[in-house]
Order: sequence, then C-alpha cells, then structure tokens
Amino acid sequence: MSETTLDTETYWSLGAEISDTKAAIDLPIDKIWQNRQFTAKLVNPANRRKLTVIIVGTGLAGGAAAATLGEAGYNVLNFCYQDSPRRAHSIAAQGGINAAKNYRNDGDSTYRLFYDTVKGGDYRSRETNVYRLAEVSANIIDQCVTQGVPFAREYGGLLDTRSFGGVQVQRTFYARGQTGQQLLIGAYQALERQVAAGTVKMYTRHEMIEVIVTDGRARGIVTRDMVTGKIEAFTADVVVLATGGYGNVFFLSTNAMGCNVTADWRAHRKGAYFANPCYTQIHPTCIPVHGETQSKLTLMSESLRNDGRIWVPKKAEDCGKDPRKIPEKDRDYYLERIYPSFGNLVPRDIASRQAKNMCDEGRGVGPEVAERDGEGNERKMRRGVYLDFSDAINRLGKKAVESRYGNLFDMYKQITAEDPYELPMRIYPAVHYTMGGLWVDYDLQSSIPGLYVAGEANFSDHGANRLGASALMQGLADGYFVLPNTINDYLAGAPFDKLDKNNPAVAEAVQSATDRVKTLLKVNGSRTVDSFHKELGHIMWEYCGMERSEEGLKLAIGRIRELRKEFWSDVKVTGVNEDFNQTLERAGRVADFLELGELMCVDALHRRESCGGHFRTESQTPEGEALRRDDEYLYVAAWEFASTGGAPVLHKEQLNYKAIELKQRSYK
Amino acid sequence: MKVTLRIWRQAKQDAQGRMVSYPLDGVSEDMSFLEMLDLLNEHLTKQNEEPVAFDHDCREGICGACGVVINGIAHGGEHTTTCQLHMRSFADNATIDIEPWQAGPFPVIKDLVVDRTALDRIIQAGGFISANTGSAPDAHAVPAPKRESDKAFDAATCIGCGACVAACPNGSAMLFTSAKITHLAMLPQGQPERYSRVKGMIAQHDEEGFGGCTNIGECSEVCPKGIPMETISQLNRDLISSLFKGTGK
Repeated sequence: MSETTLDTETYWSLGAEISDTKAAIDLPIDKIWQNRQFTAKLVNPANRRKLTVIIVGTGLAGGAAAATLGEAGYNVLNFCYQDSPRRAHSIAAQGGINAAKNYRNDGDSTYRLFYDTVKGGDYRSRETNVYRLAEVSANIIDQCVTQGVPFAREYGGLLDTRSFGGVQVQRTFYARGQTGQQLLIGAYQALERQVAAGTVKMYTRHEMIEVIVTDGRARGIVTRDMVTGKIEAFTADVVVLATGGYGNVFFLSTNAMGCNVTADWRAHRKGAYFANPCYTQIHPTCIPVHGETQSKLTLMSESLRNDGRIWVPKKAEDCGKDPRKIPEKDRDYYLERIYPSFGNLVPRDIASRQAKNMCDEGRGVGPEVAERDGEGNERKMRRGVYLDFSDAINRLGKKAVESRYGNLFDMYKQITAEDPYELPMRIYPAVHYTMGGLWVDYDLQSSIPGLYVAGEANFSDHGANRLGASALMQGLADGYFVLPNTINDYLAGAPFDKLDKNNPAVAEAVQSATDRVKTLLKVNGSRTVDSFHKELGHIMWEYCGMERSEEGLKLAIGRIRELRKEFWSDVKVTGVNEDFNQTLERAGRVADFLELGELMCVDALHRRESCGGHFRTESQTPEGEALRRDDEYLYVAAWEFASTGGAPVLHKEQLNYKAIELKQRSYK
Repeated sequence: MKVTLRIWRQAKQDAQGRMVSYPLDGVSEDMSFLEMLDLLNEHLTKQNEEPVAFDHDCREGICGACGVVINGIAHGGEHTTTCQLHMRSFADNATIDIEPWQAGPFPVIKDLVVDRTALDRIIQAGGFISANTGSAPDAHAVPAPKRESDKAFDAATCIGCGACVAACPNGSAMLFTSAKITHLAMLPQGQPERYSRVKGMIAQHDEEGFGGCTNIGECSEVCPKGIPMETISQLNRDLISSLFKGTGK
C-alpha cells in the first residue's frame, strides 16, 4: 500500500486540530452526562419566554426539541418546508427503535447498547456521545408510551421487542412496520399541543435559505415563503438545525423527494464545520430501478435476508431468462460462496457492495436500464440481483412465509407487478442514511456559537456506519433529552442585543439569499434542474458510493466542477420568485448538492482506508476484505469551507477510545 | 404507452381555474403516477411552460403529502396513496382527469396543491396526551391490553392526507378526527383527557367549516390506510358520553 501520494494542496489543506471541550472525559464514561447536566448553566423559568429559539425541521429531532423547549417556556419558532410538521421524513422509518431496557432479561444494558453502536459504527464515533445516547434510550420509550405511541404489545399488555440488525439481544421496540410514523406522530402531537399553548409558532411551507451570523454568533435565519415567495429574516437568541440527511445528493435514494442539504450547507458556508461528509449508508434490500424516469427508491426491511437466498446467474447470457428456468447448477449464490459462515446475513455494506460487483460484471438481472457511466457515456445495464424465497416456501410452507413477510411481499408486488411467491424478488442497494453532517460538540453545538444541530443533520453518534434501529433513537434523544439539557448553558448568556432588519448582518443575509434566487431565475438556459440532479447522482453513485478509489474520486471531482459550471450557465428555471414555484425550490437545493458532492469526494479521497460502509480499493486485506487503518485515520474529519471550488480546510478531531477496545471486524 | 391528461390549472387561490388537456407520450407502465407527472413537467419546462404544481414528498405512501382526485376518485380508487398508484392501472390511450381535493376548508394554493392546515388545527384542539418531556413513568408502569392497543394502532395509521374530506359529499373531516379520537381513547394514557378531547376537536372541526357526517362511507372507501367507519361510531359514543361528564369546555 503506498503512502499518501496526493497533492493535498490541490484538494484540501490541513488546519488546526479540534476537540470537544464540553464532556469531562477524565470521568468514568457513565458519569459524564450526569456531570454535564450539573455543570451546564441554567435559565430561570421566568426568563425563558424572553428568549427566542429558532428550530428548523419538524422530524423526530426538530419536532421533539420544539415541543420540549416550548414546554420549558422558551419562545420557539419552528420551520418546515412541508405543508404540515407531521410529514417530516422520520415518518418513513419502518423497523424500530432501540432502547436498553433489558425487559427481556437477556443481558442487555446501557453499556451493551453503547458497545454495539460504537462497533456498528466501525469505531469512528465519539465514545461520550454514544454512551449518552444509550443512557437516555430508556427514557425515550417511557416518554413515547406516555404520549400514546401504540407500540406492539404482548398479550399481558406489556411491550413486545425484537432483535434487529444482527444484534443478539431483543431491544428493538416497534409499531408494526411503521415505527417512524408512530414516533413522529407522537412528537407532532406534543408539538401541536405547544402551538395551541402559544409557546411554539409554526411556520409551514417555509424553506430556510440562509443563516444569519453576527459577532461570531448564529442569530437567525432567512426563509423563503414557498407560497408567496417572500424572502424574510427571523432573528433569535439561538438557532437549531434539525434538517435531516443529504442522501438525495445521489438523486436516487430512499429519502423523501424534498430532503436536502441546504440548511446544513448554508451554515457550512458561514463557518460551521462539516464532519465526515463521505459517510453514507447504503441499504442492500431496495426495489431496483425500473427506468430512466425513476424518481425515488423504496426500501424493504432487511429481515428478508433471514429467509431469502441471494443469487445471480453464473453466465451473463442467462440474465435475461425467466429465473425459474435457470437450473441450480447455473446459479451463483455468491454471498454463500464468498462468506460461508455468514452467508446471506453479511452486514449491509458487504451485501450491497457484492450486489453492485455482480451487476458490474454483467451478471445483474431485471430490465436493462439506460444509465450514464462516470464519463457521461450512456450504457444499458441490468441492476438487480435475485432474492429467492422458493427454498423457504418449500421448507416452511407458503403460509409461514406469508406470516413473516406478507406485507413486504404485497408492497413489492404493488410496485413491480411481480409476485414474489412465484418469481424471485429483485433487489438492489440504495442510499438510505447519511452518518456525516455538521460537526457538533457534546452539547450539539456546531463550530458557530449559538448554532446547534440535531438528528441526522449532525454527525454525532453513528461513526462510519449506523446500527439498525438507532436513527429514531438518536433523533428523539437529541430532541427530547440532549438539547433541552445543553442549550440552556448557552442561553444563560442571553438575551443578546435585538437585531432589526437594518442590521448589516441581517440585511446582508437577506440580500445574498435574494440575489441567489434572482440569479437562478435569470440563467434561462436549456437544461432542466432534474437533468443536472440526475447527472450529479450518477457521478456520486459511481465514484463516491460503496467503493471508492483515488483515480475515480479525482475524476468525479473534475466532473462535478464542470457540471456545476454548466448548471450556473445553462439551467432552466421557469416562473418567478413571487409564486408557488417548485422548480425554483429544487434548483436551489440542487445548487447546494453540487457543492456538497465535491466535498464528499474530497473527504472520501483523503480517507485512504476501508471503514464502515465504505470500501477503499487501496485499503484491503490480501483476501480482498475491508482494511480499516486506525494508525492513520482514527479521527473525525471536520471540514471548514474555504470558497466555492476552493480547497477546504481539514480539522481533525482525534477519537479516544477509553471505555472500549478497538477491534477489526471479520465476517469470513 | 400514451395518455391524455386533463389537469386542473389554477394560478393562485383567488384566480379562476380550468381544466387543461395535455397529451403525453413515452409513459411506461412501471412508472408511478407521480413519475408520470414528473415526465409531463419535464416536457412543459422544456417548452417554456409552467410545470403543474402538486404536493408530494416521501413517495412511499406514508407522509400523506400527495393526493389528487383521479377520474373523480380521491387517490384513484386503488386503496393506496396517489404516489403508490402505477401507470399499469391505466389503459393505453386513456384520458385521465386530475383535480385537487375540493372542500371549503381546503383552499387551492396552486393547481393541484391545497392548504390542509385546518387538519393541524383540529389536532391542536386536543389531539394529544398532555405529558411534558421527562415526566413519564416507566413504560411498563401501565400495561395496555393488546386488543385495545392494536385497535389504537389501526386508527393511528391515519396519514392526514385529507382524502376522506375530498371524497365526502358533505366535506366532512369526521374520519380524520375520529381516527385520532379512537387512537387515544383506546389507550390507558389517553383516558384523563378523553372526553374534553372529543369536545374540543369536534368544536374545531365545525369551526373550520367541515361538514357533518351522515354515514355515507365514501371516506373509508378511499382511505389509503383503510381507517374503518367504526372509528366514527367510537367518536359519536365518546361525544355523547362527554355530555354527561362535565369535563373540559
């Protein structure tokens, strides 16, 4: 393996190291949160209503934070781009939520949940944050049950749990396949209760398009009213971003269509560090792409791999055939072949990467779909592998299979018009979650004082890969229990001077947001917004997806720069600003994705190790497996914005493992 | 396949709307209904015309953002959300009428987009359990019988799309309201506010201008989550009981 041969000056520069200063790391790990709750300054209840808190986003993190800070008596302004706070994408999470309750008496504990989460993140997360997450997990379940979340129950009336994501304890609470929906509705109802009480003012169909920073503090945001086009400044004592992940940089993902990086990115441009942007989670069991007009991908629960067998034809010429006519001897059950001990249950990243490898070799199945390779050339490829239940149906009977997976089979049939009881399912990996996000300290404060970041929008708890059923846990932990106990430490120094509309920082933010919208509308080129978004997505998927190489990433960076240039000279945005204009909304988001995509590639380029969800071709064992390199990369990469297309500055936060011993994983 | 779309176009809330025809070629039967509209919008954009505005987000049938009336039926008549409808449900050369939800309390914002914030205000009027964060007892402190808990879940699957209102000849939001009433009434945690909740939510429902329920059942018929009419019976029972309880407003 060659040592760093990159001309770093071209792609990035090295800045000072950073560290979290809020957690007292000399204390035992189980005393740190308690200590922080005690040392954080408090705000007198009588003073809270004089303090204004802006929260952007109404998902599990944002909705829970807005409700809780409203209950505490702060004056909360809550924003979302949807028509109702109940529609945030947390709603789509299916599986469940982890909590260290040990209701099963199966050896679970706070420490074990902490350990599993750190290990799942491939030792790239901050110990103190993850321990706290495990600590508050039990309170989340209590809170949600009290709010009326209808979790699955046993006949005795107590809560049911199941095991999830390959862990050996049953700690996952669930509400059929709609856990995210039920948890979000719980937070939404708590939020609407505060709206009725007058502590929270809700602004729906408002998109945040700029952050206001003055005297080194975040003091507000600029929004665009998506109905009237009015661009307006809102000021506050503190700003919280809970704006979700950025998986839509890949165009196709399991995210909702509106999920975007704009709030995070605008803050990044104003000084907030972006941590580990290349850490994305790719989920192996999604329904494949049907054609060029595909707009989003649908995930099916991973539990399907418990009974389904994954295969592709051995010979490329069989790929177009009816799978039932391909004899056993011509099938390649590649996961069982390569990983005999784990077989079809290898971790998500391995299952995903091998599926892509099989298709890249020309052994994919399903319809041939036109796609562009990284150079922009069109080619026809079959992007799918079989997930076959015929053995399970023979062994267990159709009834048993139906009782386990009936709803998933129905969903698959609804979308593909194929019956998985008769024909093997086709699956393909898709982008599902982004572990990277804005850098935050233990208090969830970003590198801009007064700007806090919660939920998927921050980088905090999942390292290089997220354990199943922990996204919901983190969102609610941040919103219900962490932020409300840390933000007071900052607000104790408030109220800050009132800012009026003529304040230079406010006026500048409004002006730059307005200018940007005007520029987008003025280009009047020949290509649609979606065509740029799709092309960016292809580049990201090909070179910054599951497998990365130095050569590919450098190529991708060049291609993204060209595409960005073309975007600003040839994009076509119809209509005007002073209207309900969905094309304009998308154009603004894609413009930011075009900058984020480059940073993701730079981050991936600098991290010459295979880690978590990512395989770096230059870093593998002699058997071709992922090789993590703790000697060089045991740190969080926090990037500081320099200029558009300019080399970002890398600030390393070293990771100290004191409570857990570092280990290299193996699934052979 | 090829289709002719007749779509309601309306520039803004107070503007006059009209149906406009658009022929659309190159539709594949594997496309979702909304991907078909995306395709139309790509064409319109290239021709320098305003794309058709429509609400949508998750495109997996759970967020409740999407919803249009297709050939006179809210969500198109397949017991799914509009986003889960696929073009294979339509014949080649079909003419498809697409209109927004029509109800007084849902004013049109633009084209197929309507304002459904009235539903949020019904929730604000009592569709919650008052439990401040941090005050909760252990989750196992109060067992909840499985049968009632499952019923609560069935009602709680409502996605707030508003199809029930669009389908109701009276423009009633009773199915939406009763789903929340039933969800919370079936759980032990929902009991303390059970009767004040039903009064508050019904008062708000009426104040928003939604019509009354006359047990027609169109709402349940189009509901993508299959919320049953029994929830409305539950609401009525609780509402009558509340008259004798003297709780709340």
